[in-house]
Amino acid sequence: MKFSVSNTAIDVAAAKKVVVDKSCGALVVFEGWIRDHNDGQAVERLEYEVYRPVAEKEGEKIIDEAIERFGVSHALCIHREGLLELGEIAVIVCVSSPHRSEAFEACRYIIDQTKTRLPIWKKEHYLSGISEWVNCEHCAAAGHGHEGGQHE
Amino acid sequence: MKNTARYFALFRDQAGCESEVVEWSGGTAAEFFQLMAEKHASLTTEAAALVAINDEMAGWETPLLEGDEVLFFPPVAGG
Repeated sequence: MKFSVSNTAIDVAAAKKVVVDKSCGALVVFEGWIRDHNDGQAVERLEYEVYRPVAEKEGEKIIDEAIERFGVSHALCIHREGLLELGEIAVIVCVSSPHRSEAFEACRYIIDQTKTRLPIWKKEHYLSGISEWVNCEHCAAAGHGHEGGQHE
Repeated sequence: MKNTARYFALFRDQAGCESEVVEWSGGTAAEFFQLMAEKHASLTTEAAALVAINDEMAGWETPLLEGDEVLFFPPVAGG
């Protein structure tokens, strides 16, 4: 499976090893980390809900699209589900290709598509004790809207 | 006809249940959601919401068939 969901900590070294190939001169890795703030609120932890049957199927499509579109050799993505603490890795994308340009582009494509197409949701748990779902349109309208509590 | 509505994340909180089987006159996925929103006052229409039918991503204008399981996804936030 080029796209997988994990409820345990992501093993970065193992993930990179999957895409290592002697014909590839470039290996690009994106790691999405849980950060401690979002929109002025102190985040304590993050909770990811994933609907696996569709996420895995659609995630696999995204990877195949990236390989086809950018001509890279190998690509994978692992996304966490469940409760994550600050500093944990929520998602990893690894891409290898003969040259770096397409590896960077494919990596970007995969994470961008993963963020907008897959049935994955995150709930931020704040130090204040409140928790709320992220990226809800109505939440945004009410002034609570934000993206993240995580990387980028 | 009968269809099953399944809710996730925020929609599950708003609907107050994970899923329900509904007997209705039939129509598109969008119309089915509209019916559910009328039934559950807290269920809000989100422009960025997505829908899947029988575990396949689908368009909101897809006409439903008898027995289809319709998955209502609130705006996603992966990564």
